[in-house]
Formats: sequence, structure tokens, C-alpha cells
Amino acid sequence: MQGNLPQQETTMSFKNKRAHISDKIVPIVLFMCAALSVLTTIGIVYTLFSETFSFFKTVNISEFLFGTKWSPLIEPKSFGILPLLGGTLMVTVIACLVAIPIGLASAIYLSEYAPTRVRKIVKPVLEVLAGIPTIVYGYFALSFVTPLIKSIFPDVGVFNALSAGLVVGIMIIPMVSSLSEDAMMAVPRSLRHGAYALGATRFEVALKIVVPAAFSGIVSSAVLAFSRAIGETMIVTVAAGATPQLTLNPLESIQTMTAYIVQVSMGDTPHGSIEYGTIFAVGMTLFVITFLLNIVAQWVARRFREEY
Amino acid sequence: MSILQDANRKQISNRRKVDMTLHILFLIATSIGIIALMALLIQIMMDGLSRLNLELFTNYPSRMAAKAGMKSAIVGSIYMVLIMAPISFILGVGAAIYLEEYAKKSAFTRLIQLNISTLAGVPSIVYGILGLTIFVRGLALERSLLSGALTMTLLVLPIIIVSAQEAIRAVPKARRDASFALGATKWQTVSRSVLPSAISSILTGVILALSRAIGETAPLVMIGALTFVAFLPESIMDQFTVMPIQIFNWVSRPQLAFHELAAAGIIVLLALLIIMNISAVMLRNKYQKNV
Repeated sequence: MQGNLPQQETTMSFKNKRAHISDKIVPIVLFMCAALSVLTTIGIVYTLFSETFSFFKTVNISEFLFGTKWSPLIEPKSFGILPLLGGTLMVTVIACLVAIPIGLASAIYLSEYAPTRVRKIVKPVLEVLAGIPTIVYGYFALSFVTPLIKSIFPDVGVFNALSAGLVVGIMIIPMVSSLSEDAMMAVPRSLRHGAYALGATRFEVALKIVVPAAFSGIVSSAVLAFSRAIGETMIVTVAAGATPQLTLNPLESIQTMTAYIVQVSMGDTPHGSIEYGTIFAVGMTLFVITFLLNIVAQWVARRFREEY
Repeated sequence: MSILQDANRKQISNRRKVDMTLHILFLIATSIGIIALMALLIQIMMDGLSRLNLELFTNYPSRMAAKAGMKSAIVGSIYMVLIMAPISFILGVGAAIYLEEYAKKSAFTRLIQLNISTLAGVPSIVYGILGLTIFVRGLALERSLLSGALTMTLLVLPIIIVSAQEAIRAVPKARRDASFALGATKWQTVSRSVLPSAISSILTGVILALSRAIGETAPLVMIGALTFVAFLPESIMDQFTVMPIQIFNWVSRPQLAFHELAAAGIIVLLALLIIMNISAVMLRNKYQKNV
């Protein structure tokens, strides 16, 4: 009896130690995996901020923000970001004019009108649009949409904002449609049934009951799509051109912030030069804008949500 | 009485007409997206099928369109995914397990969660800037396969974490309770009961995230994946190119012959993505049958 006791104790403590170790170390390792995401954000903010800071030592910040001429690679150099910002906005606005009405109408059709059988086919097909690589869209813009525009406006150039904007719009349709549809599907059936019982048509139910009830989700999907269009790179690099200019004519060649970053990184810009610094200053602008829009989208979705 | 009835009937028929018109309008709007997809696929097939031959797979890029192929790009894409897959799987699933099973409901946990959803919305080119600064210059990994794979890992991690979290959350609580009741520790429960039950869902998410990485161009252009690589990378420190970058290079050239090559390259890229997506869907279906 006495001889058995210590042995039992050792096996017990052995087991406990194993459990002890795995339950001590594993959470720490897993925590580090999760903390990596925070590190990534810190990395992004730190990289952009520190390089942008040294960029603003040579370039006046007000010249950067309010200057109307962008030519950092050719003498005489000037660093006004407004042409890039204007180009980005033009492409984004065209894209949203395509994607928000079509996406919203698709969402209403899928959630209110379509029979389940149709919905089961159409929804995944629309989502394929979101999975197509952006370089493929770039090719599509250049080889299909631009010639199409050219047949209507014969004097349009090979590179123009309209073609890029339309194709970016097609790319973000599924973003608007599936997020809005999720919001509409979350509206309780009882609300719809109530309206039908009062004699409302399907259109009246969709527009006067479902859309208002799902409004926060719809707005947030539109803001997210807007932000996605601003950050889109390859379509605009391939199809919108490389001429930074302030214009309101969508048939002209422009340059967006993202396309500029690609252009510089493809050349042999020496590390530490002022041209190299522009990547970070423009990247910082891009990051701040998309970051704020994403925060706004999340805030809208939370703040104005109708609870049932 | 009859006047009232007529007005009423007229109003109802008007409302029906509005309903019908809008029904058709909504249907047209929905079909625009589908038509665009069809137009894209048909255009690419028409341009590219004639160049879709064996040489595309066996030749290196060339200045002459007739001889050019995308061997180095196909191999580069595959290598990149092979490096990325284990790193992003471990980091992503680890983070998801932490958030779902271990994390206490603290302000810091909420911060991590919010941070992950924000990261998913950061433009991919910004990840390219990050990779350029940290991996290419900071850690002096140069313009290597490893730099590219690590940059793309950071890009897809938010997607993997969110989908793995959903998969883990879908495992019934009863499974965990049963495991605890048998005396298992927390980690034993997670690794032997929760994970096996969620694994096919997790893998589906990982495959979809990797297919996103295969199609991504901008971050790799940033970290300097080359557009003209006439060799196969032999180590993770070698320079490389990937399919989207090779396609980008061909699209940027003015000659029509290179555009046909680009279209043929796109067919190969899309075929690879379709294969990955189908396998992801099959995995998901298998999982749904088991439950």
C-alpha cells in the first residue's frame, strides 16, 4: 500500500504536467497569431506615416494637398495630389453610378421577386463576378469596353476614365447586391405579411417596407463598394491611362492614386529619393480615405440598424 | 357608387402596372451583371483560344509574341501558393481558435476583431507598400519568392481568420461539453474534437483565400516581382513572376499578338481558379453531408 502510493502520485503529476504545459503555452501561441493582425495594422500605419513624414520635410504639405499639378517624375517637379485625387474620384463615381443602382435592383429582385430556383442560380453567378481577378477585368476594359465606347464616341482615346469606371462598377456589383440582399433578407417576414394583408403590391412592399427597414445595411454596402472602387488598382492601371490631370471629361485619359503607385514601383526609382517618397505620401492618402470610409460603413450599419 | 368603384379599379390596375414594370426593370438590372460576365468570358475565349497551346506552358516569356509562353509564371504562382498555404493556414486558424475558444470578452479582444474586419477593407496595393518596406527592404529578403509569399499571406489572413471563425462557431457546443465531461483539457477538446469537426469548412475558406491570392496582381507589382523571368526559381530567395503579372505585362504591350497571349494566359488563370473553387465547394458539400 505504502509502496504503491508514490508511484500513483508520479503518474498523476506527470499527467497534470502535460495538461498544464499545453494549457499554458497553447493560448500564448494562439494569442500571438491573433495579435499578428494588430501588428499588421501597426506596420501599415508606421511604414506609411514615417516615410510620409520624411517626404513632407522636402515637400510642403499644403502644396501636396492643394496643388493642382502632379508631375513628380519630370522637371519641373510639382507635387499637388488633386489631379490624382480627381482621377480616382471620377472613376469611383462612374463605378458607383453603375454598381449601386444595378446592385440594389438585383438585391431587391433576388430577395423580393425571384423564385427560390432562380435565386439559387443567379446569386452564385453574380458572385463569380467578385472572384474574377482584377487584371482580367483590366483586359476586358481594354479589349471590349473601350472599343464599345469608341463606336459611340469615335474620338475617344485608348485610355479613358469611362471604360475603367464602367468595369470597376461591374466588378463591385456583387458587393452591393449580396450585402444589400443580406440586409433585406434579415427583415422579418411578418413585416412583409402585414403589408400584403393591407393589399400592398410586391413593389410597394419592397420599396416602402423592406428597403427602409434594411436601409442601414444598404447604405453601408454602398459605402464599402465606394471604398473598394477607390482602392482598385489593376483595372485603372491598364485602362484609365497615366496622365494625371484635373478634368471632368470621362473620355479623357487620367491617372488614379493607385495607378500612380504602380507606375512608380515599376520603374527603377532609387530608394530614399523624393520620387520614392511619393509612393508613401499617395499610399497614405489612399489608406486614410479607405480606412475612414470603412469606419463610416461599420458605424452606419450599427448606428442606424432597425431592430425587430 | 359605380364612379367610386371605377376609380378604385383604375387605381388598383395602375398599381399593378407599376409593379409589373418594376418587376421587369429589376429583372433587367439583375441580368446586366450576368450579361457582363458572359461578354467577358466570350471575349476572352475568342481572343485567347487560338493561342492556347502547349508552348504556352513550356516556353519562357519572349520578346517575340510567337515564341512567348508563361512557364515561369505558372511555376511561380504554384510555388508562391505552396509557401503561403501552410503559413497562412497556421496563423489564420490559430488566430481564429484564439478568438473563438480562448479570448475573454475584453476591450482588447474587441479591438482585434474590429481590426481584422478593417484590415479586410485595406486596398491590396497598401499591402504591397507594407511588403516592400518590411520584407523586401527591412528584413532584406529582396524581391524574392519568400517576400511575395509573406506579403500575400498578410493580405489573405483577415479572410482566412473570419471564415475559420465562422467554421469553429458552427461546431455545436454539445461536442465541447462531451469532451470536457470525459476529462479532456481545453486544448485536447479544441484539437481533437472541435477542429476535426470544423476542418473541412476551414479548408474551404483557406482554398478560397488562396485562390484570391493567385489572382492578385498589385501587391506583387509593388514588391517587384519581375515581368520578364526566363528561369524557374530554385530557392525561396530567387526572383520570380506569377501569372497575373505575366498577363499584365502582355496586356500593357500595344501589339495585338501579345493581347491574344494575354487572353490565353487569362484562360489558364481562370481555369486554375475554377478548379480551386470547385474543390472548395466539394469540400463544403462533404462537410454538410457529415452533419
